[in-house]
Amino acid sequence: MTLTLGHFLSLGAMLFALSVVGIFLNRKNLIVLMMALELMLLAVNTNFVAFSYYLGDLSGQIFVFFILTVAAAESAIGLAILVALFRNKANINVDELDSLKG
Amino acid sequence: MDVKTGLFYVFSAVLLFAAFRVITARNPVHAALFLVLSFFQASMIWMLLKAEFLSITLILVYVGAVMVLFLFVVMMLDVKGDPDRGSFWKHFPLAAVVGVVIIFEMSAVLIGGFRVTDQHLTAAATTGAGISNTRELGKLLYSEFLYPLEVAAALLLVAMIAAIALALRHRKDSKAIDAADQVRVRSKDRLAVVKMAATQPALPVQASDEKSSENRV
Repeated sequence: MTLTLGHFLSLGAMLFALSVVGIFLNRKNLIVLMMALELMLLAVNTNFVAFSYYLGDLSGQIFVFFILTVAAAESAIGLAILVALFRNKANINVDELDSLKG
Repeated sequence: MDVKTGLFYVFSAVLLFAAFRVITARNPVHAALFLVLSFFQASMIWMLLKAEFLSITLILVYVGAVMVLFLFVVMMLDVKGDPDRGSFWKHFPLAAVVGVVIIFEMSAVLIGGFRVTDQHLTAAATTGAGISNTRELGKLLYSEFLYPLEVAAALLLVAMIAAIALALRHRKDSKAIDAADQVRVRSKDRLAVVKMAATQPALPVQASDEKSSENRV
């Protein structure tokens, strides 16, 4: 039994579903929430690399390159916001971040 | 079932286990370390897909930079592991339903719909034996995707400035002095000369008590 594109896409789907579950579960800790977001991006990148390999087109890997760039910028800014938030509120509980009364 | 398939299943199993531990770990430091493990496994899976450059980049950028940043923030914020885990599983039924639905729907479509194997790629130019993945990526990146590359560079600069501006804090009790201000200072900034008479004329003494009390007031 040889590997098909479906194997890699299913792995990406499972990883994505796990991180969705993680976002539902972690309501107390914003840092673990951001880690779940990183896992989601990893699943998407795995899909891109798999398509790039099986379709013989390197553009998919270029996309992964740019997604890595944007994800690094996102996590840097997100963590800076987290630090500023912790200084002001002294906790990072998602349920208590309701200053905007949304 | 060849070696590559076996490796794929091993790496996938460890990757999914590590991802599960990331989202359920009690201690955020453990979550970060399991995330490092899952990045390593994903990197190995990308290596199976012959994306060597991105696989190494994932380890260097994510494990080397982003996860270290995560660990710094986790340790700096002093977040206690939540002693009360009762509320942790409160949302689990809904989350499990959503996750299982995602997995089954996507797997049903993907397993049946994409039976593409890499048999037709053995002679393809992009995966040949003598061709470097990094070299091909570089050629593509600096010719066809040059403009997006410049945008990505600008984006990284903006992100760096934004992160510094967000996290920068001036301490109220800091005794630090600005050297430029000290060099630029002039004598009139430090010393103000006020013109005033050297001696004051004495007030005439009043005879009446009422007058003097008014004067005193």
